[in-house]
Amino acid sequence: MSGELGVGLGGLGSPEAAGVTDATAVRVRNLVVGFGPQGDADPVLNGVSFEVAPGECLAIVGESGSGKSVTARSLLGLAGDTAWVRADELSLAGSDVRGLSEQHWRRRRGRDVGLVLQDALVSLDPLRPVGREIADSLRLHTRLGAAARHARVLEVLHQVGLPDAANQMRKRSGELSGGQRQRALIAAAIALDPPLLIADEPTTALDVTVQAQILELLASLKRAGTGILLISHDLAVVGRIADRIAVLSEGHIVEQGPAQEVLTRPEHPVTRQMLAAIPVDKPRGLRLSPRAAAPVPPASTSSAFASPAPPAFVSPAPPAPPAFADHADRAANRDIVLEAAGLVKRFTRPDGSEQLAVDGVSFRLERGTTLGIVGESGSGKTTTARLVLALTRPDAGEVRVLGQPFSAAAEKQRRLLRPRLGAVYQDALSSFDPRLSVEQVLRDAVGGAAGRGRRGGAPGSGDTSGSGGSAPTAASTTASTTAADRLRVLELLDAVGLPPGLLGRRPLSLSGGQRQRVSIARALASDPQILICDEPVSSLDVTVQAQVLDLLDDLQRELGLSLLFISHDLGVIQHVSDQVAVMLDGRIVETGAAARVFAAPQHPYTQALLGAVPRLGF
Amino acid sequence: MAEVGRAAPVVRTARVVLGRLGGAVFVLWMVATLTFFAIRLIPGDPAEAILGGPGSQTSPEALAAVRAEYGLDQPVFVQYLAQLARLATGDLGRSYSLNQDVAPLLLGQLGGTLLLAVLALAVAWLLALGLATWSTRGGRFAWYLGSGLEIVAAALPHFWLATVLIVLFSVWLGWLPPISTSGVSGLVLPVLTLAVPLAGFLGQIMRESLLTALESPFVLSARARGEGERGVRWVHVIRHASLPAISLSGWAFGSLISGAVVVETIFARPGLGRTLLTAVTVRDVPVVVGAVLIVAVGYILMTLLTDLAQRIADPRLRAR
Repeated sequence: MSGELGVGLGGLGSPEAAGVTDATAVRVRNLVVGFGPQGDADPVLNGVSFEVAPGECLAIVGESGSGKSVTARSLLGLAGDTAWVRADELSLAGSDVRGLSEQHWRRRRGRDVGLVLQDALVSLDPLRPVGREIADSLRLHTRLGAAARHARVLEVLHQVGLPDAANQMRKRSGELSGGQRQRALIAAAIALDPPLLIADEPTTALDVTVQAQILELLASLKRAGTGILLISHDLAVVGRIADRIAVLSEGHIVEQGPAQEVLTRPEHPVTRQMLAAIPVDKPRGLRLSPRAAAPVPPASTSSAFASPAPPAFVSPAPPAPPAFADHADRAANRDIVLEAAGLVKRFTRPDGSEQLAVDGVSFRLERGTTLGIVGESGSGKTTTARLVLALTRPDAGEVRVLGQPFSAAAEKQRRLLRPRLGAVYQDALSSFDPRLSVEQVLRDAVGGAAGRGRRGGAPGSGDTSGSGGSAPTAASTTASTTAADRLRVLELLDAVGLPPGLLGRRPLSLSGGQRQRVSIARALASDPQILICDEPVSSLDVTVQAQVLDLLDDLQRELGLSLLFISHDLGVIQHVSDQVAVMLDGRIVETGAAARVFAAPQHPYTQALLGAVPRLGF
Repeated sequence: MAEVGRAAPVVRTARVVLGRLGGAVFVLWMVATLTFFAIRLIPGDPAEAILGGPGSQTSPEALAAVRAEYGLDQPVFVQYLAQLARLATGDLGRSYSLNQDVAPLLLGQLGGTLLLAVLALAVAWLLALGLATWSTRGGRFAWYLGSGLEIVAAALPHFWLATVLIVLFSVWLGWLPPISTSGVSGLVLPVLTLAVPLAGFLGQIMRESLLTALESPFVLSARARGEGERGVRWVHVIRHASLPAISLSGWAFGSLISGAVVVETIFARPGLGRTLLTAVTVRDVPVVVGAVLIVAVGYILMTLLTDLAQRIADPRLRAR
């Protein structure tokens, strides 16, 4: 472990003499971190500088791969065995930490700096009671006896707002709710009241209402004098508590300044692109991502990033793009393609009790429109999707597809209708066989569609009326079928905006956005009329999410698709939906036109959800 | 209040135990049935075996008398039912060849074999844990050496390993007796013979789960609190790494008993395994059935024990 923190130039002439107290919780100047050979020309972090004062929150924002987490780990001396770290200055609580031995580092960690990670379910040892985890830093850094440690654990749990702490501290992370365990994780990080708290995506795994509570907790710690380094991919989230924002891109800080400045007058194209990609409060049909080589808006090569409509929070009513007229047309009354009536699904819990996962859910999806279902984890969204796809049998109620019985029909009958339904899931990677190439994945889907006696028109051809296209004759040879399949695969790839060069790649070597495009292409293979999207963008970076949302919007318009769009993210739902259904504990508590629900929510739960959504603007 | 909270997992655990016992009765019935019929597939006359083996000169009258006495003149199915009825009352019958009651005979042999198996399991655990721990922190060389040793060890057959150990430690070095004597020194080689291949097997599994645990976010959290390498391993990782190995230990115990047949024979050590082997050779049906039943009971108990150990090591299981 020793030697992972190389001493940079000037490391010997320690700039700050020991004992001189410094107001900053952390000060970093020209931090360079690499994983290749020492002196690598292409380090992961290249010249990062920032500082955090007590009672201040600096947010480092960037997309995956930008170097955010490496920054956090480097400040703890935990960049890893293979990493090398160099800096002109790297000090915690006013004293230099460059070149510390592992043993000295251990005395600093937990005392001078605390770390909060993303998902407390696995960031606290799932086999140990949370109270023990919290007491660990006391055991390691103080001489407190068991009783004193116990008292301090209770105190710090009280501080993070965990009720009934004496009982909760005996539970393990898996026995607590998402919000409770995230509080416990924060308690473990602040047990010794360190001057700096590093929070690496602390709310990413949480529901929006819980996220709001955790952000409020971090803000209260900040007010109490702790310096907070908040690391996130989400500008809207950090906007809630950050005093200053640093935007990290490819190992460089491209922009740093007061939060309001960065959010309202972004200077760097990367920042602007990230802001434009946030779907909250962006009207339906407004593009979120810069269109590559698209006719509207005309992209000048020099400022490809800056060309789309200015960020909506600056001018809330941007000039209506052509999409709007079309949008109104889409929302016009059409026939019902998908109908759910009184769906009920019960599950038996491990302890034998019954749980109503879906409790009387009814909705109608009109042709060419999008119905957004929004709810927090455990609200029954995904079970609803499984019921609609007839992957699970409802205990009561019925699903009808294109006016025909679906859930009530025998699987043999259902199979005739299945090509009309496409499904896109959150985790595209695990929905692919990792050994298959993109071409094989799509060929399988196309072959499956052909096997059901149907060859749809090209996705771009506009032939979506369900007439069926031209069915291959039984006489068609295997060779011509193969050639036709290949053509169809290329069409699908083109429809989702992927180059044919990706055909030979395997899912693991694709980026998250590319994978989701492939999975959309697969869903389109059978030329469906209805697309069921279950959290299709939830594991994507915000700019990639924007591209995928735009793609779905384009496809819907070109193919006349009807979308059932399920998400926990109100911003996404608001942006994509014509109709919205809000789910809570297996029931739809509010439903209506998206514009109405978001402008004037009726149900208290919808109001609470909307109030908790992180928004830009002050 | 805490007592009320804890009662539920205890009740659930009791329910699991009762369910297992019901399953155990079924397993024992199947075991008794299979052994009863399997032993009849061996060629030869059991009545001859009772009267001193195939080589002895026996009069047809004596054979007939023996057949009548042991019920061997009855149809096979009647014999089977009679045996089940006897077994159900706990009577394992009388040995044909030794003219002794089977139950006390086998119980006398059980202790030695159990000692051997339990010691071998314990030593295998220590070796596997030590090797897995060392090879995941000693750098690349230790890594390759550790995984190489595990693969080789797991592949070693008992009879070969026993011979090599005897040549090495008894013949060349003269440290340990080649035959299992009653003292501690007589146990070392038999235990090692059984433990080393098992250690290789367990070690591979432990190292895999050790690495997974070391990479997990809760270890990063622990390090960020100032936990050192030793603390990370002893407080957090070992427990996670042990879980799959614990669940495998029930199976391992069964394989140790079958290994004991070979090892007890090679080291001339009295025990269940050697008794079983002798009984099979002379077609001593009651002893074979009795021995197999006792091993089956041991196997079932061990599986139950590992399940309980898992519930202790992994609190998440108690909720189920």
